[in-house]
Amino acid sequence: MKLKVNGTEHEVDVEEDMPLLWVLRDELGITGPKYGCGIAQCGACTVHLDGVAAKSCQIWAVDAEGAEITTIEGLGTLEALHAVQAAWVEHQVAQCGYCQSGQIMLAASLLVDSPSPTDEEIDDAMSANLCRCGTYPRIRAAVKTAAAKLQEA
Amino acid sequence: MGRLGKIARRTFLIGSAAVLGGVAFGVYTYRKPAENPLEEGLAQDEAALTPYVKITADGITLITPRAEVGQGAYMVQAALIAEELDVRLDQITADPGVPSAAYYNGTVAAEGFPLAATDDGLLARTGRGAADVAGKLLGLQLTGGSSTVPDAFDKLRVAGAVARATLLQAASEETGTVVEQLRTRDGAVLLPDETALPYTALAATAAGIAPVQEVTLKDPSEWRYIGKEMQRIDIVAKSTGTQTYGIDLQMDGMVHATVKCNPRIGGEMLSYDASEAEAMRGVKRVVPITGGIGVLADNTWRAFRAAEAVACTWAEAPYPPEMDGMWEAVAASFTEDRQDSRFKDEGDVDAMEASVEAEYRIPYLAHAPLEPMTATVLLDGGRLDIWTGTQIPRFMQVNAAKLAGLDAAQVHVHVLTSGGSFGRRLEDDYVLQAVELAMAEPGVPIKLTWSREEDMAHDFPRPLQMARARGAVANGQVTGFDLGIAAPSVAASQLARLGQPAMGPDVAIVAGAWDQPYNIPDYRVTGYRVPPLVPVSSWRSVGASGNGFLHEGFLDELIHVAGADPLEERLRLCWHAPSRRVLEAVGEMSDWGNALPEGRGRGVAFTLSFGVPTAEVVEVTATDRGIRLDKVYVACEVGRVIDPVTFDNQVKGGVIWGLGHAMMSELTYFDGIAEQTNYDGYPGLRIYQTPEIEVRALETDALRGIGEPSVPPAAPALANAIFAATGQRIRELPLNKSVDFV
Repeated sequence: MKLKVNGTEHEVDVEEDMPLLWVLRDELGITGPKYGCGIAQCGACTVHLDGVAAKSCQIWAVDAEGAEITTIEGLGTLEALHAVQAAWVEHQVAQCGYCQSGQIMLAASLLVDSPSPTDEEIDDAMSANLCRCGTYPRIRAAVKTAAAKLQEA
Repeated sequence: MGRLGKIARRTFLIGSAAVLGGVAFGVYTYRKPAENPLEEGLAQDEAALTPYVKITADGITLITPRAEVGQGAYMVQAALIAEELDVRLDQITADPGVPSAAYYNGTVAAEGFPLAATDDGLLARTGRGAADVAGKLLGLQLTGGSSTVPDAFDKLRVAGAVARATLLQAASEETGTVVEQLRTRDGAVLLPDETALPYTALAATAAGIAPVQEVTLKDPSEWRYIGKEMQRIDIVAKSTGTQTYGIDLQMDGMVHATVKCNPRIGGEMLSYDASEAEAMRGVKRVVPITGGIGVLADNTWRAFRAAEAVACTWAEAPYPPEMDGMWEAVAASFTEDRQDSRFKDEGDVDAMEASVEAEYRIPYLAHAPLEPMTATVLLDGGRLDIWTGTQIPRFMQVNAAKLAGLDAAQVHVHVLTSGGSFGRRLEDDYVLQAVELAMAEPGVPIKLTWSREEDMAHDFPRPLQMARARGAVANGQVTGFDLGIAAPSVAASQLARLGQPAMGPDVAIVAGAWDQPYNIPDYRVTGYRVPPLVPVSSWRSVGASGNGFLHEGFLDELIHVAGADPLEERLRLCWHAPSRRVLEAVGEMSDWGNALPEGRGRGVAFTLSFGVPTAEVVEVTATDRGIRLDKVYVACEVGRVIDPVTFDNQVKGGVIWGLGHAMMSELTYFDGIAEQTNYDGYPGLRIYQTPEIEVRALETDALRGIGEPSVPPAAPALANAIFAATGQRIRELPLNKSVDFV
């Protein structure tokens, strides 16, 4: 089947029900999305399907066919960070960092839906993802900074 | 500087012999220098100045041997070296180095913590079956016990200073300019005419010079990095998905693997049938290993699926299979026979007339770092390579060598960044499994990845604990406090797995309780050692993590019975000035004296752990939907803050860790198997439940670590706040067994 990831078409030969997460990681070598639980609890595997945040451990490869799949590698580049990534750097959010690809993808999607979210909206949306290190205070601050930056642009 | 002699002596004692002339370990016992691992494999134009600094024509590498598990250890270590070497943090690469006795952790050994064994035990018998390691003594390269900063502060600065002085000497020899006329700036030596000679260009010359030992460390007023806000060296990688963790490793010809072992920890596999699994797509082999099977496949998911399809027959658990039986064993341990320690025994507790008695319980807890256990191993001829996230590279090297029948020198450990640990990576069980798989498939790199379910089933949890407490009050004051704590020994369980003996009492059973700075007329803390149940391990803040709740929960009860104010009475009882300061600070921060409206409550708790007095106040509201956490105030006397960002992250992260587990987490066993198999059954705190946290650091010249001390007071401060808001005293964790949370 064909999968379009970060603008590039890939031909993959996998089972229809192989989770997109593992197709990305083990078949395509795209390791930004992380495995944490496999049951949609932690959100470390969050990617965008047609611009909407989705937990890639829950999406069958066959269902991702035809979608624009974006992983953190396609969100911004080292030279041109996405506003959410820039805010994550500015606020030094990461500790172990393992959940942060997913947190960033979730936040980027939130800010498309809700460009200037209230504190409650941030908490509601970001509660889909888990951080074991406890970076939540900095996530809150970084989402607000990113929202402000995106509003300016 | 007057401090120089002291620094040299201290560095000397804690064993940076390879840096300062090869006598450090001699003092400790053998008069044998630690090997300098960087001299091995250096190319012609490379100079290894010290075990902590490596400069080549290509760049400057700072060796940061303490593991990065999210706590900012690489950053802190790099900053200490960079401060004296005079390089910018964007000019260097941090590398965890290779396992070496030169990276011996003097602080953990000195504190006997978390490996609470006597020095004799460790010294005499380290690395049984590996004579070369015994010869080099401890080799205690581990990350834990909030020890990175205290251990590294002088060592790494001296390493940077020696390297800088030697580079100055090299520049002097190259240019004929006397050293006094040379300066350094941002990774270069400056000649009097401001010509810059990069360190990288001086490396070859420096290699031929004996390291300059006479160094003067900067006065704190001259520091550019220490204590200043710096950008974490891994922050861009961790914000762009480009940080490589163990689980991300990719190699040519690599085979993916997973394991399925008896979920009754330590239990054997009686038989297995892999016929269905071996017929599944992508499966190469199913291999029996200790206690279970491993699946080799062409991707991780296929390995996971095939492992599920292997039918295994498991032996019974080597411990009581149900919680009732375990609690019975705990409850039966409050006996003279099982008494493990009584480090605190003041006044006459036996004669005390108790006015309050209570029993407390805390559950098993998993570490469950978000990155599951993973290791990549390649056995090729007489060489074994291991790539993994670990806090104990040196022990791992020895244990892997023993398993593979090699010398430790043939085992090469490459330490990768970890996606969290919280103590889990003080174990090497997952690595030894990967070695078993590599032995079955030599010449092929095998990447073992645990499923989350395997990770939950095979966590070595924090032990369950029970406390029986008696107390007395008189005239509005707490006058008697008798706390007995029964728990299995973490030290005995963990050290046995590392091939180490554990002798004497286990401090962890009573840490954070026996050592609290209160003057109570009749005051006793007794530890009782429960016979081994589920194998247990060090969990962020170790013994203090639970004992903080036991001590501060019961103290709060007594204070209320006495009719005193929880903060005022703690201050009255506390004799230790730094501890009083943090209590006063949280009082001021939280406006303690100012009463809250009906339905709201404030709780205070204090724990001195890892040398850091930490006080916390939690504010809650009892709503129709349950308890809501409104705000947390934390004050700690932390010594010197090296990196303010890391400090803030560690303190807040510790509070969130402590609150989340206290509210909703426990590991329970049924039929010998953990009943919580993933984050749905073992939730952590989510962002919507996270209160605002205000932190104040009271700084001194002391050196302390901050990865753990904010954990212990979080649970009791919350429980005490719930009592203040509702009148309900909760003596068992998790708290959601007794109350709902919003």
